[in-house]
Formats: sequence, C-alpha cells, structure tokens
Amino acid sequence: MIIELGHFALALALVVALVQSTVPLIGAQRNNASLMAVARTSALMQLVLILGAFGALMHAYITSDFSVIGVYENSHTTKPLIYKISGVWGNHEGSLLLWVSILALFGGGVAAFGTNLPPALRARALAVQGMISVGFVAFILFTSNPFLRITPTPAEGQGLNPLLQDPGLAFHPPMLYAGYVGFSMAFSFAVAALIEGRVDAAWARWVRPWTLAAWTFLTMGIGLGSWWAYYTLGWGGWWAWDPVENASFIPWLTGTALLHSAIVVEKREALKSWTILLAIITFSLSLLGTFLVRSGALTSVHSFAADPTRGVFILMLLGLAIGGSLTLYAIRAPHLQGGGLFAPISREGGLLINNLLLSTAAATVLLGTLYPLFTEVLSANKITVGPPYFDAVFIPLMVPLVLLIGIGPRLAWKRGDIAGALARVKFAGAATLAMLALSLVINGTRTTDIAGACGLAIAAYLAVASISEWIDRVRLTKSGAWTRIANLPRAAHGMTVAHLGMAVLIAGVSGATAWRQERIQTMAQGQTVEMAGYTMTFNGVKMVQGPNYAAGRADITVSRAGKTIATLLPELRTYDQPPQQTTFTSIHTTFYADLYAALGEPQGADGAFVTRFFYVPFVPFLWYGVLLMGLGGLISLSDRRLRVGAPQRAAAAMPLAQAAE
Amino acid sequence: MKRWPYILPLVAVLALGGIFAKRMVDIENGTDPSLIPTVLLDTPIPAFDLPPLPNRGEALRSEDLKGQVSLVNFWGSWCIACVSEHPALLAIAKEGDVPIHGVAWRDDPNKSLAWLAQRGDPYATVGQDPDSKTAIAFGVVAAPETFLVDKQGVIRYKQTGPITAADWKNKIKPLIAELKKK
Amino acid sequence: MKKLALFLAALCISSFALAVEPNEMLKDAGLEARAREVSKQLRCVQCQNETIDESHADIARAMRLLVRERITAGDTNDQIIAYMLSRYGDYVLLRPRFMSSTLILWVGPFVLLVLGGLVVVTRIRRGGTEGLALTEEEQKAVAALTELGEGGS
Repeated sequence: MIIELGHFALALALVVALVQSTVPLIGAQRNNASLMAVARTSALMQLVLILGAFGALMHAYITSDFSVIGVYENSHTTKPLIYKISGVWGNHEGSLLLWVSILALFGGGVAAFGTNLPPALRARALAVQGMISVGFVAFILFTSNPFLRITPTPAEGQGLNPLLQDPGLAFHPPMLYAGYVGFSMAFSFAVAALIEGRVDAAWARWVRPWTLAAWTFLTMGIGLGSWWAYYTLGWGGWWAWDPVENASFIPWLTGTALLHSAIVVEKREALKSWTILLAIITFSLSLLGTFLVRSGALTSVHSFAADPTRGVFILMLLGLAIGGSLTLYAIRAPHLQGGGLFAPISREGGLLINNLLLSTAAATVLLGTLYPLFTEVLSANKITVGPPYFDAVFIPLMVPLVLLIGIGPRLAWKRGDIAGALARVKFAGAATLAMLALSLVINGTRTTDIAGACGLAIAAYLAVASISEWIDRVRLTKSGAWTRIANLPRAAHGMTVAHLGMAVLIAGVSGATAWRQERIQTMAQGQTVEMAGYTMTFNGVKMVQGPNYAAGRADITVSRAGKTIATLLPELRTYDQPPQQTTFTSIHTTFYADLYAALGEPQGADGAFVTRFFYVPFVPFLWYGVLLMGLGGLISLSDRRLRVGAPQRAAAAMPLAQAAE
Repeated sequence: MKRWPYILPLVAVLALGGIFAKRMVDIENGTDPSLIPTVLLDTPIPAFDLPPLPNRGEALRSEDLKGQVSLVNFWGSWCIACVSEHPALLAIAKEGDVPIHGVAWRDDPNKSLAWLAQRGDPYATVGQDPDSKTAIAFGVVAAPETFLVDKQGVIRYKQTGPITAADWKNKIKPLIAELKKK
Repeated sequence: MKKLALFLAALCISSFALAVEPNEMLKDAGLEARAREVSKQLRCVQCQNETIDESHADIARAMRLLVRERITAGDTNDQIIAYMLSRYGDYVLLRPRFMSSTLILWVGPFVLLVLGGLVVVTRIRRGGTEGLALTEEEQKAVAALTELGEGGS
C-alpha cells in the first residue's frame, strides 16, 4: 500500500512539475504576481510529494518488502540496516529517484529561502527547475519505475553487490548527486537571466551560494569516491582516470571555473555571457556524468542495449535541456551588456586566465574520455586513452594554474601591480626552493624522486603563498589583528582554506605517486617482510563470521625497530547473498603515510597465502586536502554577504562599493 | 555584433549529440562496439606448432594449414559460450565444406577430451595452447573466437563470440566459396 | 578447521585473484621492475580501462607471463610493446600513439589553450585600459573599505 502511495505521489509530482514549468513563466512574462507565486507553492508541493515517494521506497527497502522488484533484486534480510538504506540508490531506478529528490530539495530551498529574490527571476528560475523535474520524473515513471511489483512475492532478496556494502560508498552517491544537481540551480538562474535578458552583480550574488554549495558537495563526493576506491579495491591507488571518475571530475573543473568567474560578475559586472555559458555547461556536464557515463553508454553496451527506450529517452532529454538552453544562449547572450573594463594584469585578468586553464583542462579530460567513442563511431577504429595520456596533458595545464593561485589574490581589481605581487610571493618562492632541495636531499634524485620533489615544491609554494596572503591581508603582526580577522569576510577566509587544501592535495598526489612502495609475496605462518623500515609478520589466517559474510582474516603484526606498532587484519570475504568474494584491506595510518595490507589467494595446503603490502607516504594528505577544500567551501558559504537570498538588487546600484571591494 | 561565437557551443553540442545518436543506432543494428576488430585481417597467420591432445591425432602446425581453406577455432572446456557454439560447429563439420582446427586454449587436456567426448568432436585437428601464446599471437581476447584462413595461410575473417547458424549461412559460407575459387 | 578447509576449497575453484601473483614474478628484481613497467602500459583487452598489471582477468595474466618471458629472452621494452600492438592493435596501448587519427587528441588541448588565450588577449585589448585608474571618490571608498579588510573572493 505504501508503495502504491509512493508511486502515486511521484505521478502527482509530475503533474505539479508541469504546472511549475509553465504557469510561473507566463506570470513573469505578464508580470502577474499571483501566477508567479505558483512557482513557490508548486516547488514546495513537489518537494513534499517527491520526498514522500522517496520515503515510500526507503520504507520498502528497510522492511525488506520483496514484492517490489528493485528491493528483491538489490536487498536481502540479513543485510545491515545502513546497507538496506543505501541499497535504495545502489541501482539505476532508485538512484534516479534520489537524483530527483535532491533536485526537489534544491527547488524547495529556493522557494523557501529565496524570499528576497525579485519575483520574476525567482518564478523563471523555478520554472526552469520545474522543466528539469518534468523530464526526469517522466523518465523514471516511463522507463525506470522503482515502484513496480513482482508476483508471487519472493521469500528472499538477491542481495547487494558486496563492493557496494561499504560506508564510504553508501554516502558517495548522495554527496555526488547533491553536487551534480546543485549545479542545476546555477543552470536555472542562468536560463532565467537569459529569458530576462539581464545579468548583473546581484544575479551573481544569488547564484554564488548555490554554486558554492554544489561545488562543496561535489568536491566531497569525488573525494569520498576516491577514498572508497583506495581502501576497497586492494591496489593501493586512488585515481585511475576511469571514465566514471572523469565524468564527475569534468563538471568539477568547470564548476570551479564558474565559482571564480561569478566573482568577476559580482564585483565588476564583467564576463557575464561567459559566466552564463559556464553555468549551462557545468550542469550539462553533470547530466552527461550522471546519465551517459554511469549508465555505461560510453564504455559498454549492456545497460542501454538491454533497454534502448531508456537510451533514446535520455538522449532526447539531454538534447532538449542542453540544446534548448544553448539555443537560448545563442539568441540572447550577444545582447548582454558588457561590464567593467580591466587591465590584463588585474584580479579580473588573473581570474580570466584561471578560467581559461580550468576550461581547457575540462575540455581535455572530456576529449580524452570521449575520444575512443569518436574514433569508434567515425572510423571503426578502437583505441584506448589511458592514464598516461591524462597525466601528460593535464599536469602541464595545472602547473601554471597553481602558480597563478599564489599570485592572483594579491592583484588588485581593475589594474594590478605585478611587480608588487611578485615581490610579495617571495617567501613562497623561497619555500619552493627550500622544499625542492630538502626533498632531493632526503628522497634522492631518481626521475620519480625529482617529479615528487617538484610536486612537493609546488605544494609548498601554494601553501606559503596562500597563508602569507592571508597574513598580509589581516596584517597579523600589527595590533588589532583579531578585529581584522573577525571583520574579514568569511569568503576570504574560505578562499585561503580552499587554496590551502589544494596545496595539501598536491602534496598528497605527488608524494603518493612518487614514493609508493609495494611488496607482493607468498607468506607462510611466521614469515616476515621488510618495507620502508617496517617489518610485517604473518601470523596466519583465521575464519571469522560477519553479519552476511564469512571471511578468512589474516593477522599481521607490524613492527619497527623491534617494537610492535600495529596489527593489520586484512580479510578475504565471501558474501552469502549474492555469493561473491571481495578483499577487505587493512590500513594503518601514521597520519603522514599509510601501511596497507591486502590478502590474496591461499597457496598450497599448509596455510600460506599471497599477501600484498603497500607503503604509501603522503596519501592521507589527499583526504586532508579534500576536507580542507570542502571546509573552505563551507566557510565561504557562511559569509553573510552570500547568505541565500540576502543580497538585494538595490546593492547593485552602489557602484562605489562594488568598485572598492 | 558578432553572433557566431555565441552559436559555437550549440554547434559543438549538436555534433556530440549526433555522435551519441549514431552510436545508439549502431547498437540497435547489432554492431557491437565492444568488439575489437582484428588488426590481423589479411595478414598471414602467426607461426605455431601445438601438441595434440593425448591420443588424438596429429599436432596442429601453421605450416599444415596452407593449401586449403580452413577455420581455426579457439575454445576451452571452461568456456560457457563455447557450449552454445558447439552445435553450429558440429553442423559445419558435417557439411564438410571446410576443416575446423581447434585450439584447446588454456585448458587441461583431459578436460578438453572429456568435453569433446560428451558433446561431439567437430575438429580435424586439435592443438593445445596452455600458456596462451598462440591465442595472444592471434590477438584473441575471449573464447570462442574463430578465424577463416585461406589457401595461402592468410586470415580473411574473424568471428568474435559464438558462430551462429545465421553467421555461417550469411557470412562465412559464401566467403569460403569465394576463397576456394582463388 | 573444517570450515577453513571448505573456505580454502571455495577460493581455489573461484577465479578470484589479485593482479600480479608472486609465482609469476621474475627472480631478478631489475627485470621484474621492467616487466611491471611494460605491464603498466598495456591494457587488459578484456576489461574496462585496466592495465594488465592490475587486472584479474586470465588473459591479462597470460599477457603478463608473455611479457616476462620476452624480457627474460632479451627483448627490449619497446619490442614487447610493439609485438602486443601488432597482435591487438592500438586498443592495447594505454598511451595512444601520435598518428593522424589521434592528432586532435594530442594537439587539441594546446590548440584550445592558444585559441582561448588569443580570445582573452583580444578581449582585454579591445576593452582598452583607459579609465582604469580609480577616481578620487573611488579611492576614498577603497580607503574606507580596506579598513574593514574588504577584498574577499
């Protein structure tokens, strides 16, 4: 019964979305307040209905109602509660419902908190949100319905892929989707602005918090996915330039560009049409990421070949959303008023180059990801574009960007003083050289050592440049610094923290790539292996019983200079349902480096096993970096000037304040 | 005012959409994009000398393939898709148009023999390739894969996945007739 | 103990394995390092975007063993990669070769960067730099606001 109610609520949501996508548009065109007000009520109604539908599905999963096909195919009674819940979005149909639920949350957010938005802009933005909702709710109802029943009701479910039964992956999709879908707000505001034919500083201020929120979620989502891959897949790596990873990384790159170009619109009313384009492209790439790549149309035939209607439907939907908005862009963007002038060397100029590099990087990753498809479709030639390509092309684009991050915030708006800015990054320059020398002395001078040292040096540069910029800005050494710190806009603190996070991340990537060590061997009970000054002793394998799996668990003692430091307990698990084997790695972290153990196959009958150990220095810095970047996003988000709906359009009428900021 | 820069993104997206659409049409038409076309087409077969299965005929040598049109089929007793292909191979052998040479790939010879005893034996000769060297030399990805070799020992066609009765009738058999004329 | 035996039996019949196995590895550490390096440049032809070095597939294992055999026989890394290329085509290379069909792939990013750079430069040039100096009023406003430490991003 609850399932039918959920199904009904979703169908009703489609009707409400249809109303939301049309009536407010007409209202805005005719300047009719009551028609425009429909946008708010319908967005809130949609929120209630879609959350109701989502709740109904979740109820079915929690109570293991196997009369629902999706529950039967993806759940099992013995599964721990958290994985019953995460099982809701562990499959195609449920993940789509999660997607529209988050969309409804964002729409509801604008309706509830965007009370200070001009009614016409709000009505139009919500109408665009309504259109997206119509498309995807219809897609769910007509091709991917999670509420379908199966008769007779099976007694037991088929269970969830054990790789997905993991806390990291349980929260990875909601985080990632919140990022993807969050960019729909920037998209809707961009389309609404194109309809209105007006983009100004106030517009940028309304868009920025949504973009910032989406960016923060996406950053954390990608980080979580990478972390999950690192600790579950048993190969000690964290990023493989896999199409699925790239699909989330490309919108992150354009989203980061958008975040920065929106600042220029806000402060200087320049780069308007470019910012609008970025907003459209970022959401378009998010759609591409969620639907085309995840569904496998790019990499394998299975999902779409199995159900071509889905493929055709999704292609039409993407065509309408992306093609439609870009058509509107082609018509309206040339008429957007150009904004403030600026010299090549200025904050705007720096942000423009930032945008150039980030967009080129995004285009490059997209090109590499889609290129095999291009050659296949156009010339029936099969090629592979793997990590060596991405490393070769991406890194040269990132190095100048990082150098720029150190200088950019030092440049004034309109016309900057490059000599002055360079003079003030001298500490950072010194730190770069010091780090380079230090690393070469400590780690040696093989090719990989030099690459690692350069990476660490760049990280040191960025860290020192970011911190010293903050110190100069609050004049930390002079009296009254505390007041200045308190008065500094949160967004400025956020920027420093996020850039610092970037520096930490770069240190993590460089160090973990350059100095990773690996030992693969067969070990009998009592045997030891030495690596990076640690001794690993293999004490044999015992059987253990988990809630829904049996496992062979190895006991490995880690010692250093005769002292026991840790015990690693990697497992080889066999899940009951579905019967499938996975490795469960065990990691000991020193907060600077990880010792990582994975258990392989047994060798012979005397209890010897294949073991593999990784020593990965700096790898925790990856996660610290991502956390810092996310934290930077949150701090910026708490800025009073960015509080959702807070800025008034009247503020735009004060050019003095604008110019001075 | 220059308009074209603003139309550029739309054009790019439309081109991309076209490629995606073509891909989907290809999939609809049964052109499986996961298949890797062999680069070995129209090149001589690699040299090999594979030992026979225990007490089953001669060894399989690349030299012996010359002078006659033949099929080379990579299979293994562990291969599930090979079971579904087998009736087609038996039918081809019965027709007698062309000899089928089997490569028992990455298999225990006794299991290979048991498999043939149970399901019937369509092969003129069977050679063992336990370490996959010949399979790699042929660019084989997954069993079953079948190569059509002409009188000069040149690869003229490759079937990835099981040969179906339709494949045989529509593609392979006509090609054999043509190759025999030369 | 019986349970453990059952568990071991289950493992042996399953195809579960973790990439490079100890019994595949070469005794000579230098040669083994070369084998790893070559393996990381070759794609497992049966898998999604995996090197033969990290793949569990049987064909990847066979290719790894062949790589090692060739290295032991004295082939150079390039000869081994060329051999795999001659058997499987460009699909087997994780780093696409520079050729006519990959021209856009390799050159595209830098063309894009240069074109984008040109657009940026002309835009800024066309805008000119006149009127960029702050007016007196603006300077006062700046002075007032910098006291608050404005200038965030």
